[in-house]
Amino acid sequence: MSAETDPQTSTVGTDTDETPILRAEAVEVAFSSGVGPGGGRGTARAVDGVDLDVAAGEIVALVGESGCGKTTLARTLLGLERPTGGRVLFEGAPLSHRSRDLRDYRRRVQLVQQDPMGSLNPRRTVYESVVEGLRIHEGTTVDEYERVARALSRAGLRPPERFLSRYPHELSGGQRQRVVIAGALILDPEVLVADEPVASLDASVRGEILRLMLELRENLGLSALVATHDLGLAWNIADRVAVMYLGRVVEVGTVEEVLSAPEHPYTRALLSVLPDSGVEEGPVVLGGEPPDPKRVPTGCRFHPRCPVLASGEAARAGVADMCTSVDPEVLAGGPGHRTACHWAARVGGPESPRTVEGPMSS
Amino acid sequence: MSAPTGSVPGPRPEPPTGPEPTAGRSPRSLARRRRREALLRFAREYARNRAGMFGLVSLLVIGALALTAPLFIDQTHLTVTGAPGDPFQPPGGDHPLGTDNFGRSVLDLIIWGARVSLTVGLLATFVSVSLGTLAGITAGHFGSSGGTGGRVVASIIMRVTDWFLVLPTLVLAVALAAVLPRGTGTIILAIGLTVWPATARLVRAQTLAVEARPYVERARALGGGHAHVMGWHVLPNVMPVVLAQTTLLVATSIIAESTLAFLGMGDPTTISWGALLQAARTSGAISAGIWWYIVPPGLAIAVVALSFTLCGRAVEAVINPRLRRRS
Repeated sequence: MSAETDPQTSTVGTDTDETPILRAEAVEVAFSSGVGPGGGRGTARAVDGVDLDVAAGEIVALVGESGCGKTTLARTLLGLERPTGGRVLFEGAPLSHRSRDLRDYRRRVQLVQQDPMGSLNPRRTVYESVVEGLRIHEGTTVDEYERVARALSRAGLRPPERFLSRYPHELSGGQRQRVVIAGALILDPEVLVADEPVASLDASVRGEILRLMLELRENLGLSALVATHDLGLAWNIADRVAVMYLGRVVEVGTVEEVLSAPEHPYTRALLSVLPDSGVEEGPVVLGGEPPDPKRVPTGCRFHPRCPVLASGEAARAGVADMCTSVDPEVLAGGPGHRTACHWAARVGGPESPRTVEGPMSS
Repeated sequence: MSAPTGSVPGPRPEPPTGPEPTAGRSPRSLARRRRREALLRFAREYARNRAGMFGLVSLLVIGALALTAPLFIDQTHLTVTGAPGDPFQPPGGDHPLGTDNFGRSVLDLIIWGARVSLTVGLLATFVSVSLGTLAGITAGHFGSSGGTGGRVVASIIMRVTDWFLVLPTLVLAVALAAVLPRGTGTIILAIGLTVWPATARLVRAQTLAVEARPYVERARALGGGHAHVMGWHVLPNVMPVVLAQTTLLVATSIIAESTLAFLGMGDPTTISWGALLQAARTSGAISAGIWWYIVPPGLAIAVVALSFTLCGRAVEAVINPRLRRRS
């Protein structure tokens, strides 16, 4: 396996006794576009073989730039998209796409969408939006009102009575996102899949929503998968981070492992542009074109933009040929720090940015 | 009814300040109150549209006359044998609009004819709007989120719609009216079955727009099925468009009814505006220059069709803020 486990985290293999609550197994999602003008033909591999585990009570962040397949993976985990390969397992059992099974599944796994402006029906009041899931699964129940009020106050909308008869356009962005979260919480889910939950919110509201998610994890034991392009968010909220590039996870590990000691050049580049990053070589601006999922490069999918390959470091480490010809294996999704990079595997993975100097000086 | 709350920016209600006096109120009554407010807002916006108000008032007057007609028109006066006047009396005196070839008062005939014309217009519109909405929502919903099977169903529905769309409406209606037994019901059915494709196209387009919204995805992620998405999300959002389309279609239906009656496809025993025109033509009123027998039914048709169109445009303008500035 080209992506050797970092020796410092040799805990891999001990995870087998506990089944993760949600698991993606070699999930692939490809969209074939029809014959379109401008050479739009081809198959876009939005998710191209992803293994990812979410353990009970764990928050996993899925980070990566726009268009790398985060949203598609999140949708696939919810059964909104059918994987073209691989499978999704919930509590160890593969997800069935029969509508009855999906209904039961969606009671326990909830989605929080990217855009709180659009994820509420403008013609429905807050009460109607929150009660929606309950009505779908249980019909009209006697304690409906109490449950809606409880979900709203859990989501931080207090007192709930003030919000029940409001329409979405009367709420602020943060309040709308809380309504969406309340709508997800009313069914007492076990897993929350949040797709850029705070991307369109301003900084103060963002903090509130994040605190809310942490509280929910603490109080309700909620597991969550949070897709985001914001590394700061991942740092604040997640236990583990999976970095995604062009449809595949390129680095996975705990927050500290991935964000303080990044191994993959892509992760390092992402981190280096943060204002107070620990990366010493200064901001690494990725050159080249943004990746096209219809034409995934051969070899390592990151190699056309890889600063390590471009600077010749990979050649010095003797992996330049592998970079352009051998596709690194798909990373396992469980705990442990793993990187899909030939160079990092050869060099042994820089513990800290300083060790990068090692092979260069020798 | 779902008032167009979301899409109408306009004057929004003041967000309630401080804790609302909600104690002891069920969310249902709160929702009802909100809906009433939205309806009031809609009414206020509509009242600002002068053409729309003109249409509404004239419709109310015509409707009231048609409904109360039996109170002030003696039905025996409308039969050929019980006609109160002499044939072709010019307007004036007892008969403000003159008499027809049997001596019946043209004014009475027109007021009585409004009953049939309006009934046919409204019922035919109901038939076609229901049919069009059903076809449009089904095709739009399954076309966008029903998978391969759904797309097949949707394209079958839309091809049928297209087929009805390219058939000349009048020819189809005439054919249907000729095949089916004569009567008002047949006319309603013939019109209803021929004018629905436009509604279906319109509703489908709107459905596709709604289906692309994140809240529909959220509903599916919550576990909602097709019925839930269509009934809870799509229908309320297409209702305003359907409503505007309805008022516009009534005018079309009334004209279609008149046309069919004028062509002799209607029930000869019922009095409608189209039937009056046809009677005027067959009795030689046109060549004899009996204008009071020909002009009033035609004017009545034009006024009602215009009123419905004005109302429809006004509703559309209130619903669609982009149209409002121009109107």
